[in-house]
Amino acid sequence: MSENLTGSLIIQAVKESGVKTVLTVPDKTTADGLLRPIAADADLRHVRTCKEDETIGISAALSYSGHRSLILIQYTGLLYSMNAIRAVAVEYQTPICLMVGLLGKEPGVLPTESKRFGVKIIEPILDTMGIVHHVIETDDDIEKISPAINNAYETSSPVAMLIGRPPLAS
Amino acid sequence: MIKRDECLKSLATKIAEDEVVVAAYTTAFEWDAIRPGPFNFISSGAMGLTSSHALGFALAWPGRRIILLDGDGSLLMNLGSLVTNANAAPKNLIHFVFENGTYEANGGHPIPGQDSVNFAGMADSAGYNNCHELSDLPGFENSIGSILQEEGPTFVTLKCETGEDYPQDYRYMHSAKIREEFAEAVKDF
Repeated sequence: MSENLTGSLIIQAVKESGVKTVLTVPDKTTADGLLRPIAADADLRHVRTCKEDETIGISAALSYSGHRSLILIQYTGLLYSMNAIRAVAVEYQTPICLMVGLLGKEPGVLPTESKRFGVKIIEPILDTMGIVHHVIETDDDIEKISPAINNAYETSSPVAMLIGRPPLAS
Repeated sequence: MIKRDECLKSLATKIAEDEVVVAAYTTAFEWDAIRPGPFNFISSGAMGLTSSHALGFALAWPGRRIILLDGDGSLLMNLGSLVTNANAAPKNLIHFVFENGTYEANGGHPIPGQDSVNFAGMADSAGYNNCHELSDLPGFENSIGSILQEEGPTFVTLKCETGEDYPQDYRYMHSAKIREEFAEAVKDF
């Protein structure tokens, strides 16, 4: 069982799911392993936003053209965006794919058992809102990404992929 | 001051029937009454997202002009989108802000900075390609033709007041039907 999480493998899985645009607010957990290579990737359009709820509106609008996008943010930004997610993603049944860095989560510890209050409450909140979620903690979890994104677009529903440790930069 | 509905009626004569118009709350109700059609996207559910929805459409369809009818209260709730939108720099986005100085959809209370805020100035500082402020209907009608031809992103503040009353069907605004109709209308874009 792998104890690593490799950023390039995550990005490869995202691309394989048909994502063409990545909407971001920087997160220390994913800044080096995901955001820097994504920003430099000529095959992905990168849109830097000022605040996380903007990404919900942009991603929702893109979905009307069949254009797939990924939102890369920190869990604090997920909490900030909850009203937009509640309305646009959940109540309006829109495909919104969230990749969320769990800043400060202890490696190997379940998010719900983290000593960080903000991390500990994320999965219960997602459960309450009926949002499917997956923990991406090691390379073995990366195989969940493409099916999760495909399912979100096929069922027109949101999904959250929770990045449990800083991905390694290649 | 421009009466908002008179401005919308004038705008409706200047754009094609199949142009996507993204509008916020009260302005959306008025626009939908004045120019009904499936290409109207009502941005609802989370106030402030109108400018972000419009950016998404502008990026999705770079060959189509996207008309954004924002409110001053709505924009204040998503002020960072001025910078995001300017940085993304969609040439096909024209961002109108109907500035009546109130959170109209929330009971008509004044916005902060009602007498001092300069939206066109902020948009200019954020990096919009063109910024305008208009405060009377003749001025709007004289300039809207050339404004619509500008390479975006373009920003236009319209100092306005409420005109006639229009129906406000919030149940329809939030219904799945309205989004399904829009999705069907744009599926071949």
